[in-house]
Amino acid sequence: MTNQFPALIIAVPLLAALATPLIGWRNSRGCYYWAVFTMALVCFFAIGLLRSVILNGPISYHQGGWAPPWGIEYYVDYLNAYMLPIIAVISLIVIIYSKHSINRELDGRQMPTYTLILLMITGLMGIVVTGDLFNVFVFLEIASLSCYGLIASGQDGAPLATFRYIIMGTIGASCYLLGVGYLYIVTGSLNLADVSQLIPPLYHSRVVLSAGVLMLVGISLKMALFPLHTWLPNAYAYAPSSVSALIAPLFTKVAAYLMIRVMFTLFRPDFFTTVIPATTIMTWLAVTAMMIGSFYAIAQNNLKKMLCYSVVAQIGYIALGIALANKAGLIGALLHILNEAFTKGCVFLVVGAIIYQTGDCTIDHFKNLFRRMPFTMGAFTIGVFSMIGIPPTCGFFSKLSLLMGCIVDRHWVFVAALLISTILNVIYFFRVIKVASFEEPEADYGRKEPYDQVRMEEVPLSMRIPIMLMAAGILLSGIFSSTIAKTILIHIIPAGF
Amino acid sequence: MLELLLSKYNYWLYVILMMIGLYAMLAKRNLVKKLIGMNIFQTAVILFYVSIGVKTGEVTVPILPYGHHHGHEQAINVAHYLNPLPHVLMLTAIVVSIATTGVALAVLILIYRRFQTLEEDEILKINQETGT
Repeated sequence: MTNQFPALIIAVPLLAALATPLIGWRNSRGCYYWAVFTMALVCFFAIGLLRSVILNGPISYHQGGWAPPWGIEYYVDYLNAYMLPIIAVISLIVIIYSKHSINRELDGRQMPTYTLILLMITGLMGIVVTGDLFNVFVFLEIASLSCYGLIASGQDGAPLATFRYIIMGTIGASCYLLGVGYLYIVTGSLNLADVSQLIPPLYHSRVVLSAGVLMLVGISLKMALFPLHTWLPNAYAYAPSSVSALIAPLFTKVAAYLMIRVMFTLFRPDFFTTVIPATTIMTWLAVTAMMIGSFYAIAQNNLKKMLCYSVVAQIGYIALGIALANKAGLIGALLHILNEAFTKGCVFLVVGAIIYQTGDCTIDHFKNLFRRMPFTMGAFTIGVFSMIGIPPTCGFFSKLSLLMGCIVDRHWVFVAALLISTILNVIYFFRVIKVASFEEPEADYGRKEPYDQVRMEEVPLSMRIPIMLMAAGILLSGIFSSTIAKTILIHIIPAGF
Repeated sequence: MLELLLSKYNYWLYVILMMIGLYAMLAKRNLVKKLIGMNIFQTAVILFYVSIGVKTGEVTVPILPYGHHHGHEQAINVAHYLNPLPHVLMLTAIVVSIATTGVALAVLILIYRRFQTLEEDEILKINQETGT
């Protein structure tokens, strides 16, 4: 049964996306239940795959029965098996949440929205599950194109931000495609495992060098690694709230997965550390991203925009962990992918809830918000704790592991950078919590009833429960982080670390 | 030097096209021109792929008269056939490129409806005036 899961995990959301217009023909609100049903199924497949990989080892699925390297192979090892449930669970939670939010923000457009959401999840799943370099490009573009459509459906500034994203995203995908072409010239193969065995003798050939660089630049663009992050803040900030809650935790992290794949599976780790000094450059870019992202986040007065810059900063953490290219660093990066997925999911859902209830998310208007939305703001506080790195949230353990990675290789500057960026995190998030809990509303702002008369105005239950689930996910992934590291992550570490 | 230019002319061509596309995307202020630049950029990659499948000399398309299961097993000399795989890959890439252009054009229509212009400078000016 499980041996068909790698194909089903793509086929089910793809066919469901194509069937969504039929479901939404008469009643476009029915699409919501259809999407929830599909994602529940995908979650089942993803968790089944993870279980099967842990019990029986990696799964290789040959599309159409054509053996690799000629046919397209779907290869699920510990790394993808770890990523698949993250994508599936986060998207299921966000889709459950999306009902009221999409009904309000995109009323009448539920059918295309859910079609695009399912298509994007298909693309993300595909990038992760496939073991074929060209297939990765196709799925990358499926995910990106549906993402463009989703973002463009947002508010006023969204189309312009989307256009910039399209230009940058296309440059990224083309660079990746060109890199694949270079590898194809020298190896004649597109299968990831096959290419990785064929290229080590050619590591000093200029074609392979440029292929490595092109792929890295292309993926960095999709991942929004500094200085290629400029498209991200506006695009994510102007997207509809459910959409940003879906893409902010997932899209950049899948790109980070792809980077780990290219750097440590496709090439041997020493290619990017010694043959070309890519990891050295990347660590510095990552540290700059952490700093610049945090500084920009402090300057924002809109919570959603602030979180978008926080995404840029957090991508810096993940990139730092990858580029350290040692055991603790990589485990830190992988844990941080999990942590970021839940944390950003949680806080973006909270932002969606605040927008749903109050109409905007300017931080100065948050006064008394803890009284009015205690559950939502409680979950937000857990998210903030995780972003800062307070135990027992997952953020603490991932940051600890990243810190260990820096210390092992004696990168004291990066240790300092990690600590400083944590302090910056405290500054910009505690401002939100301070305004929302301690400050009295001023007279000129509409709501000025006395503090003890403020009534609770929580969002509907179908929005509150997903927010609580995300918060629970943050805590659980923190508590079980050592179990996750021991059962899954330890097997991802490539030889030579 | 000249020989290097001539023998690898397909690669030079794709690099030049790619740079034209990149220049248009980064330097042009009109959004449609940016989009055209993006198209040229993608086409350059497509041309690169198509050109790597080509062989010179006595070569033909890879259509074999008999399949493997008809008792006519014979060794096939790869040098006599074009490599069809890059071309097949590019069919997919062309579809991707068309889809991207379509989405981008739709987005441009949205931008034009909102701002009544497609010049980036004017859009930024309108944005500044309205304070967003």
